[in-house]
Amino acid sequence: MKPASMNLTLHVWRQANAAAPGRMERYDAPNVSEDMSFLEMLDVVNEQLISDGKEPIAFEHDCREGICGSCGFMVNGVAHGPQKGTTICQLHMRHFKDGEELFLEPWRATAFPVLKDLVVDRAAFDRIIAAGGYVSVRTGSAPDGNAISVPKEAADIAMDAAACIGCGACVAACPNAAAALFTGAKISHLGTLPQGQAERSRRALRMVEQLSLEQFGSCTNIGECVAACPKQIPLEMIARMNRDHLKAAWTSRGEHRSGGE
Amino acid sequence: MKLDSRIPSGPIEQAWDKSRFDMKLVNPANKRKFSVIVVGSGLAGGSAAASLGELGYNVKCFCFQDSPRRAHSIAAQGGINAAKNYQNDGDSIYRLFYDTVKGGDFRAREYNVYRLAQNSVNIIDQCVAQGVPFAREYGGALANRSFGGAQVSRTFYARGQTGQQLLLGAYQALEAQVDAGSVKMYTRTEMLDLVIINGKARGIVTRNLVTGQIESHAADAVILATGGYGNVFYLSTNAKGSNCTAIWRAHKRGAAFANPCFTQIHPTCIPVSGDYQSKLTLMSESLRNDGRIWVPLKGGDKRAPSQIPENERDYYLERRYPSFGNLVPRDVASRAAKAVCDEGRGVGETGLGVYLDFADSINRLGRSAIEERYGNLFEMYNRITGEDPYTAPMRIYPAIHYTMGGLWVDYQLMSTIPGMFVLGEANFSDHGANRLGASALMQGLSDGYFVIPYTLGNYLASNKLEKVDTSAPEFAAVTKEVNDLVAQMLSIKGKRTVSSYHRELGKIMWDNCGMGRNAAGLSNAITQIQGLRHEFWNNVNVPGSGEDLNQQLENAGRVADFLELGELMCRDALHRNESCGGHFREEYQTEEGEAMRDDENFQYAAAWEYAGQDTEPILNKEPLAFDYVHPAQRSYK
Repeated sequence: MKPASMNLTLHVWRQANAAAPGRMERYDAPNVSEDMSFLEMLDVVNEQLISDGKEPIAFEHDCREGICGSCGFMVNGVAHGPQKGTTICQLHMRHFKDGEELFLEPWRATAFPVLKDLVVDRAAFDRIIAAGGYVSVRTGSAPDGNAISVPKEAADIAMDAAACIGCGACVAACPNAAAALFTGAKISHLGTLPQGQAERSRRALRMVEQLSLEQFGSCTNIGECVAACPKQIPLEMIARMNRDHLKAAWTSRGEHRSGGE
Repeated sequence: MKLDSRIPSGPIEQAWDKSRFDMKLVNPANKRKFSVIVVGSGLAGGSAAASLGELGYNVKCFCFQDSPRRAHSIAAQGGINAAKNYQNDGDSIYRLFYDTVKGGDFRAREYNVYRLAQNSVNIIDQCVAQGVPFAREYGGALANRSFGGAQVSRTFYARGQTGQQLLLGAYQALEAQVDAGSVKMYTRTEMLDLVIINGKARGIVTRNLVTGQIESHAADAVILATGGYGNVFYLSTNAKGSNCTAIWRAHKRGAAFANPCFTQIHPTCIPVSGDYQSKLTLMSESLRNDGRIWVPLKGGDKRAPSQIPENERDYYLERRYPSFGNLVPRDVASRAAKAVCDEGRGVGETGLGVYLDFADSINRLGRSAIEERYGNLFEMYNRITGEDPYTAPMRIYPAIHYTMGGLWVDYQLMSTIPGMFVLGEANFSDHGANRLGASALMQGLSDGYFVIPYTLGNYLASNKLEKVDTSAPEFAAVTKEVNDLVAQMLSIKGKRTVSSYHRELGKIMWDNCGMGRNAAGLSNAITQIQGLRHEFWNNVNVPGSGEDLNQQLENAGRVADFLELGELMCRDALHRNESCGGHFREEYQTEEGEAMRDDENFQYAAAWEYAGQDTEPILNKEPLAFDYVHPAQRSYK
């Protein structure tokens, strides 16, 4: 059976660089096969644009398997498009209907400036991790892997949190452009494991502080982030972050207190 | 060219300890006076940059992605091998070493493989301490599974996302060093050439992918950890950005390229669905534990799989290899699938596919047991194909997955250019002609965490390196060449897109240098690639300018390099008149269609030396000795 094909109309955000103004432009996407991925549909549109002597649409992507976290933009106002728990690279065209009009826009957040078209700068996420999203352990200084047992439940929660791919959909979906789910996931991942205990307070304090330095908004527990997350990271991770942060703020006598104890 | 593999003398079990002792050390206070460039931020590059930063070196780390966490190591699913023997099932360092040498079909260097097996146990410890959430037993101990037909359970895993979790561990260690100020990270920056001064690697020339700026970076040593080159086939399981540019341009500056034709074809990938296809998706090898592979007995049978009765199906792996059945190694399973499709018995719209059927397992174990084991894979299959593998068999077909070949390195992971080291998939050293499952992650981390910190120090301490900065005339000369190349690509403004050339090259490679190869096809492919390359440089259309973010320009440079590497791969495949591992020459097979090695004439690593544009490369040979694992025909009957 031949796969069905459809004709779509795209309205795409075009912006030459961070300083230039942007605008929506209209493109036809004819004969789209239902077996194509969304990005393959854009590949075909781009090949046509190049042949017509126009600039292709810039969008970010790499693994196209939903794991590297490179891809992501808004489709009709929804981060990664309409399929739950799915990155845009894994979204296939069979979820659309012939004649549909689609509006593609980049992630919108002060902390994620647009670099070109649908490509944004997410370096703020790296800086949040650099602020404390790690366990300090010198290469070669680790004890035997089984020296510290980790209850299966803790390992499972840690893995649920660590599944975050850092794509930024949570920020794009949030009306406040908060990065609480991203940061909460890392704080929960490491804070749940015995290996992460030594730096638990410092981690929570520094990572949360970095959030505001990067100009992400405040979390008001709306939950849009969870709805948009392609890896279905649960809201519980934000609660864990808030608990760790509150406790650390209350008890820490670390480098963070300005003015001394 | 002289190939000095610097293999230590003495018993293999003590070789790494002994060479670590023999290596010179850099005084702790002096380390910060040395600068090191690391290109690539995956398991090998990320772990190297983090470890070297920790030691006190001044490290600059480069990646073309927007964050080091995106490197393609992230996509590895299955797991990582380690000879921990936590299962008490007879594993040992020696057994992992033995399995890897044999699995590589006796084309790897024994001493490197032994060291890899030794380091495997430290890798697990390191990753656990970093907080990698490996699967656990209820008692809290690390869990293991068997993988890829191994007879022991030595694979550690984090659900189906082991590569992701190991990479995040290395990435976090790297970011900690960025925070500490010992590593400076350059994201969205692509290495376009290597700078050699007085015979030693002293820097690189890069392009800032946002501003288009061509920049120079000087250092005391350069480490390439830029991954494999499977995308020469256009369609592969690699990420779209994975490319050969860094290693290829280093090759053109004097680094020998070893065994380029050794590529791994993974048997269980989702088949191609149309000519718009941009990449192929792997379905974990673990599925073969419970799925049965079959095709219709008769060619051209277009009935739905459920309408084909048992006695009209051919479970060809179970029939041909009764003792290993569906669990034969990757190269064997891939070739068998190609054979039945060549006979016209393939399934699906294109006829290039075979069934992987879970019906028997679902009947025997129940749907929920299968769901627990493979739920996320079944979901991914459904997302891509729109079909439900619980009720209809999956369709799978082999795809390019990994490249065992790469830049030639000695035991200390240094290339034929002094001061340039190559780690991970980018080098050729540990997997021979075929890589075993769950060994790629192990090699990347072994090289980065546990080999380079020693061998780099040895190089820096035993060479007198004069002060060099980017004002040296060599930087200006290379920068000019890079600028000219970029300008040339932008000036052609021909009629064909970059990706149309890439697709055409991929098809030539897949048809002639893929699962089955023969002399006539390979010779023909070389001529075709030369023609295509010529056309590319006269008729490619790279839109836009070099002064901003231009994805077409980035890709054009990579495809230009693939157009040269492809030819070398075909030459290597043509010269190797034997079948071994992933390299199957149709002229060299047994009566039963199995690979026939020629140890007398080809027990060597072929290290190709660049001899200039459109000039035949020079073949250098590193003979391989097998003093511990004796070469034998692999049999899975």
